[in-house]
Amino acid sequence: MTAPFYVPPEQLIKDRAEFARKGIQRGRPIVVIEYEKGILLIGENPSRSLHKIAEIYDHLAFAAVGRFNEFEMLRVAGIRYADVKGFAYARADVTGKGLANAYSQTVGQIFTHEVKPYEVEVIVAEIGKENHIYHVRFDGTLRDEHGFAVIGGAEDAIRERMAETYEPDLELAAAMSTAVSAIAEGSEEDISDVAWEAAVLDANLGRRKFRRLNPEEISTAG
Amino acid sequence: MIGDPASPGTLSASEIVPESSFSALLEHNGLRPKWSIENGADLGAPEATTVLALTWQNGVAMAGDRRATAGNIIAHQRVKKVYRADEFSAVAISGTAGMAVELTKLFQTELEHYEKIEDVRLSLDGKANFLATMVRGNLPLAFQGLAVVPLLSGYDEADGTGKLYSFDVVGGRYEEQDYATTGSGGPEAKAFLKGAWRPDLGEAEALHIAIEALVAAAEEDSATGGPDPRRGIYPNIVTVTADGYREVPDEEIAPIVDHVLENRP
Repeated sequence: MTAPFYVPPEQLIKDRAEFARKGIQRGRPIVVIEYEKGILLIGENPSRSLHKIAEIYDHLAFAAVGRFNEFEMLRVAGIRYADVKGFAYARADVTGKGLANAYSQTVGQIFTHEVKPYEVEVIVAEIGKENHIYHVRFDGTLRDEHGFAVIGGAEDAIRERMAETYEPDLELAAAMSTAVSAIAEGSEEDISDVAWEAAVLDANLGRRKFRRLNPEEISTAG
Repeated sequence: MIGDPASPGTLSASEIVPESSFSALLEHNGLRPKWSIENGADLGAPEATTVLALTWQNGVAMAGDRRATAGNIIAHQRVKKVYRADEFSAVAISGTAGMAVELTKLFQTELEHYEKIEDVRLSLDGKANFLATMVRGNLPLAFQGLAVVPLLSGYDEADGTGKLYSFDVVGGRYEEQDYATTGSGGPEAKAFLKGAWRPDLGEAEALHIAIEALVAAAEEDSATGGPDPRRGIYPNIVTVTADGYREVPDEEIAPIVDHVLENRP
């Protein structure tokens, strides 16, 4: 009979966190920033069809970094959660807090119970009377961020830059250049020929506030 | 369970199957009604009547009267029968009002759900087929007198034309040319459109003949409500073009209605 190895829980959590963090650090960063008329989500993405930023519901957007198959599952599950809830009750009953909590529970559950933790970080952005930016970490930790949020590689350095340069109520173009230069300086990369993916939750739009920005809109402002 | 609204809880990963059908999801979550009605039961549920759709130069227009009847009672004066399905299509309903409104809500959610998950809209043909399946799914209830018969119209982004689809109670789907009507006043409206429709209609003319067709139907069919300017009851009219869906506001409809009522023979 073989005795199972004893691994102290502290070590187990540490190893898992290390593993997930490594995976996420390899991902290219995304910055989410509030501006005068809404919330901008922007990040590097060489693919034009495999999105990291997406629409969840009328006033809810999703951004994620890490393994595509993992956050794609979360994106689809989020849309399902929102559509079922809005259909069963009313559209106004779908909230960012509810969705962020569901993500947090799910990712947290997977972090402790599954063989391998998810190597993803997710942001849920919500526009309304009050704007909210929720940050779900790989271990399920949920944070309510103010003004801006950063996920992905060089996260800490970019966040520092953002903290220095962020101002509330910027125009969209200014918010975009703030985010882009924070990414450039934080990740210490040459961004001259980087392909960007960006979208906004725009308070001026009708029921569905989410809109992808096309490449021209991104390059002129960035 | 995913999206169980009563308990948000976790989004169980094992249940996250890539599938874009919203109805399947509702079924899975036990949110679809499961019941049957005694044969021959008469619930006296309100019914919605005349709706029509026609093509014009830039796309399609769709219109409906505002009356719902229950037997010989006028149940509602201001029912909305023409709805946005998505940015490039509209759906109009006739038949049992309560069922039809629910069917429309489900259809709208389906289209948006598909669009968000797949990151592309269903083709117009796909929307028509899907709606046909939904109508067919209602067949057992149609036997009990709770029929829903919609019209679908839209702007086909693939070839840049406006298209119309009519349906029958068993889920038959028919692409129509030029114009289509359904509901109890449908034959009368169709007869009018047959004489008035031309291939080169502009928007103003399209709205005009749509309204006149409804007025013609209301003159002959007691279940179709005519416009009532005194109470501010005007038909619902929408257009769908390359620029998307547009609900024509009452202020725009009122002068056309006045003109039609003054000049009716």
